Amino acid sequence: MESNNYQLIDRKADQAAKVKLTIERTLVYIFLVFLTIICLFFFYLLFVNATRSHAEIQSGFTLIPSKHFFENFQKMWNLSGMAPVRKGLRNSFIIASISSVLTTYFSALTAYGVYAYNFKGKKFVETFILLIMMIPSQVSSVGFLEMCNEMHWTNQYWVLIVPGIAAPATFFYMIQHLRATLPLDLVEASRMDGSSEFMTFNRIVLPIMKPALAVQLIFSFVASWNNLYLPTLLITKTELKTLPTMLALLRSADFANMDNGLIYMVIFISIFPVMLVYLFLSRAIIKGVTSGSVKG
Amino acid sequence: MDNIKSIRKVESNDTEPKKRIQKGVSYAKWGYIFIIPFFLVYLAFTLYPQIKTFIFSFQKYFESGLNVFGPKWNNFGNYVALFTKSENGVVMIVKAFTNTMIMWLMGAVFQFLISLVLAVFFTSSRLRLKATGFFKAVFYMPNLIMASAFAFLFYALFNTVGPINQLAQMMGWADKPIDFISTYPWSTRTLVATMNFILWFGNTTILLMAGIMGIDESLFESARMDGASSNRVFFDITLPLLKPILVYVLITSLIGGLQMYDVPYLLTKGGGEPNFSTMTIVMLLNKYLSANNYGMAGAVAVVLFVITGGLSFLVFRMIRRKDD
Repeated sequence: MESNNYQLIDRKADQAAKVKLTIERTLVYIFLVFLTIICLFFFYLLFVNATRSHAEIQSGFTLIPSKHFFENFQKMWNLSGMAPVRKGLRNSFIIASISSVLTTYFSALTAYGVYAYNFKGKKFVETFILLIMMIPSQVSSVGFLEMCNEMHWTNQYWVLIVPGIAAPATFFYMIQHLRATLPLDLVEASRMDGSSEFMTFNRIVLPIMKPALAVQLIFSFVASWNNLYLPTLLITKTELKTLPTMLALLRSADFANMDNGLIYMVIFISIFPVMLVYLFLSRAIIKGVTSGSVKG
Repeated sequence: MDNIKSIRKVESNDTEPKKRIQKGVSYAKWGYIFIIPFFLVYLAFTLYPQIKTFIFSFQKYFESGLNVFGPKWNNFGNYVALFTKSENGVVMIVKAFTNTMIMWLMGAVFQFLISLVLAVFFTSSRLRLKATGFFKAVFYMPNLIMASAFAFLFYALFNTVGPINQLAQMMGWADKPIDFISTYPWSTRTLVATMNFILWFGNTTILLMAGIMGIDESLFESARMDGASSNRVFFDITLPLLKPILVYVLITSLIGGLQMYDVPYLLTKGGGEPNFSTMTIVMLLNKYLSANNYGMAGAVAVVLFVITGGLSFLVFRMIRRKDD
């Protein structure tokens, strides 16, 4: 009789806890959905307005897409004058792809050099790179711009690409990845097989680092694609400008007198390539956010 | 980290005898060869320009049209000019620093509060949320978006004839267009802070999640056995143990915030309107640079370097301490 009573109380307490948990869960989900809406609302408005004509946009607010997407796209594609967006897309793509490949390859190479070999000053090198990692790039930009102006290096893409070979943060990510995944015995074994040091890196180490390379390739591509500060200072010829610089130029024009549908399309096309990649690789990208940045 | 350390220990024990054999053929030079490209590029395109920046900050050096003035030694002249009141009665660099900090803080308060809460939700073994992968993917997405495009979008949406004003009038919230962008300092700052929040809270959430998942699971388990409420678990276990990582993420966010540029630049056409209330340090730097005034730009850059350098030193010491 008594044990029965206890069971009843137990079951009641159990049920109360269950109800409480369900309520808590529901509230949490509502909060998550609310944040999702905040994240997506502005981009949805961007998409809707990129499908509307200038007259439609001026006529009022709506959440329903219209039919002028391809018309706006064509206008964007044929844009000339101060912001030839098609050329901007090409220029940004060229710079971002070459610089991301260089950044990733040389960061891996440097990290491997520090990780796999015992040389004098090895510890110092790692500490040094860690130290310089936090120095804002704007500090060197003053001297760099003067140097480029003096040497007539402005309007040349290599000045935006080559400095990426020394990327402390990418190096840091790579060396942590190597520590976690590459046993030095493997390097040893490859040596026994008569492979040269350079070949060992290219043929054995790089394939093992594939996941890290892919993540860093994406991050450095995005960083270069989105970069506004230096390209604006270093590239002054219209047909050589990158996308963010063109956006800044369009922004400085009189907005009210421009075809708003076209402007929304330009913004849309600047964001779209990265979003497309993210759609397929979000899982790997999110994993990559943590493994490099926090030592914990 | 502990895991990695123990792996390293095992490795080094394994390779001890081999290392001794290797001494005959030294591979050390390959270490140097592999790091040469990094350091050559670093010296030529980062360190050398950085030194130039420092030197310029003590020189009168600017271009005007086709004429170049200087470089001529000017001692602390640029710094004195930088910290002197301009014609509108404010010290521009102080104003820029204050603006940057205000806008960073406005975003960061929400960024860290909400990210902390989200990180706890996502890692909670009690709540066992579904579709966390989807939510994480959505929250992180803005972090990859071109900040200048996002700011341009906000301008397009929030200007006096934009959709937000249209919506406000349609709903009867306002009877005439509100100028969100170039009239009220706090409205413009709020927009900048909101954008920074949207761009960064997903990133912070993911970092804090990793921190929480690094905490020994058995601590949570035993606390729950003892009947501790979720609030007590959070304040007595999660928060104290997360503190080092929380501080690290906070300081790196602050360093990033000090370099705030794209968002306010695009929103305000680079002018920091209204009345310089959204002018940031790097926008000021850019103003001098685009006028090819290397001397003054150098002085601003050195100020930025000193501030971030101090903060970075804190981070650096924290990382080192954990390694020991």
